[in-house]
Amino acid sequence: MSNQSLFSIFFSAMVVNNFTLALFLGLCPFMGVSARVETALRMGLANIFVLVLTSISAWFLNTYILETAPYLRIISFIIVIASLVQIVEMAIKRLSPTLFRQLGIYLPLITTNCAILGLAIFQTNRAYDFMQGLTFAIGAGLGLTLALVLMASIRETVEFSDVPGIARGTGLVLIIAGTLSMAFMGFAGLL
Amino acid sequence: MRHTTPSEDFIRGIWKENPVLVQMLGLCPALAVTNSVANALAMSAATFFVICCSSVLISTCKRFIPHEVRISAYILVIATFVTLADMLLQAYAPAQHKELGAFIALIVVNCMILGRQEAFSSKNTVFRSLLDAMGTGVGFTIALVMMGGFREIFGTGSFLGHSLFGPNFEPWVVMVLPAGGFLTLGFILLAMGYIEKRKKMKAETKAEKVAEVTS
Repeated sequence: MSNQSLFSIFFSAMVVNNFTLALFLGLCPFMGVSARVETALRMGLANIFVLVLTSISAWFLNTYILETAPYLRIISFIIVIASLVQIVEMAIKRLSPTLFRQLGIYLPLITTNCAILGLAIFQTNRAYDFMQGLTFAIGAGLGLTLALVLMASIRETVEFSDVPGIARGTGLVLIIAGTLSMAFMGFAGLL
Repeated sequence: MRHTTPSEDFIRGIWKENPVLVQMLGLCPALAVTNSVANALAMSAATFFVICCSSVLISTCKRFIPHEVRISAYILVIATFVTLADMLLQAYAPAQHKELGAFIALIVVNCMILGRQEAFSSKNTVFRSLLDAMGTGVGFTIALVMMGGFREIFGTGSFLGHSLFGPNFEPWVVMVLPAGGFLTLGFILLAMGYIEKRKKMKAETKAEKVAEVTS
């Protein structure tokens, strides 16, 4: 059992070990949907939601099922995540069609987002209990959202500036991400 | 789908459709584990094993997999081989396994592998799927080792643990930190964009000359 305080878990997951900028998890949405602040924010919120659900189910799996068969961990995590996303998708479609339309393709894509599986595995490796896992998930989700929104606002500004032809597109995004990541390194001494 | 020869299946993944550098797939492992060449090699070997095995198995079983649940079936097959790779690495290269940590398990969600299954293995013969998987695997390895090489040489002044520049070299610490991963890939992409542009300009001037001569 890990005995880190909840605050340090939360803060570490959100800024010091930011999932996207320090651990390179969830890069696909980071590159793909960070062109507009609005979509980035929505993607971030969807991610927080799925991360929290994953953390809860990973805890249940770890406590009640995987004790006897640890080698099934990767397979069972991915199945649970895939079906979870499917259920969430159906529920949202039924309860709020407007939200469903707004989230669009991003919702099913969350299944193959490494941040989700990464969270479940980190949580297991660090032996977090239920509350710690939940805090970790919320912190990581807020961190992802923060990175996405920062990136999107920088990209919206850059769009109107005169960038050399060869640097347009992914190359530029990666270099901006590198700069952001350097800025986040400044938080490293905090904890 | 256009017909391709077996050698094209293999070569395509290496440069023209390089999974990391051109298609931007599998970026998470490409950035996360390339702070040294040894880590990059271990990660590429594991990914190579997983993509080859799952391509062969999926192209063998493609007739028995119902269309509606194919993605889940692919993910299950991939997850099984990732578990195998995880155990093999733990048994034969425990140091590397410890260093890579959770990223071995994260091969499951490497979109490159799922992408090849959906785009190629589910439609082609076993032999050609294997060639395609090997090409993609080699392309992934080239990209990872290239990035690992740059980051290790500049970040620590060594290559595979051998010191290169002598004791007076001041390492660029930022290259082995997370920021270095983004910057290295960014600069590689800029260089590739520059080469492509030069090629295109050359081709254009050539075409103009041909047009002048013929007119």
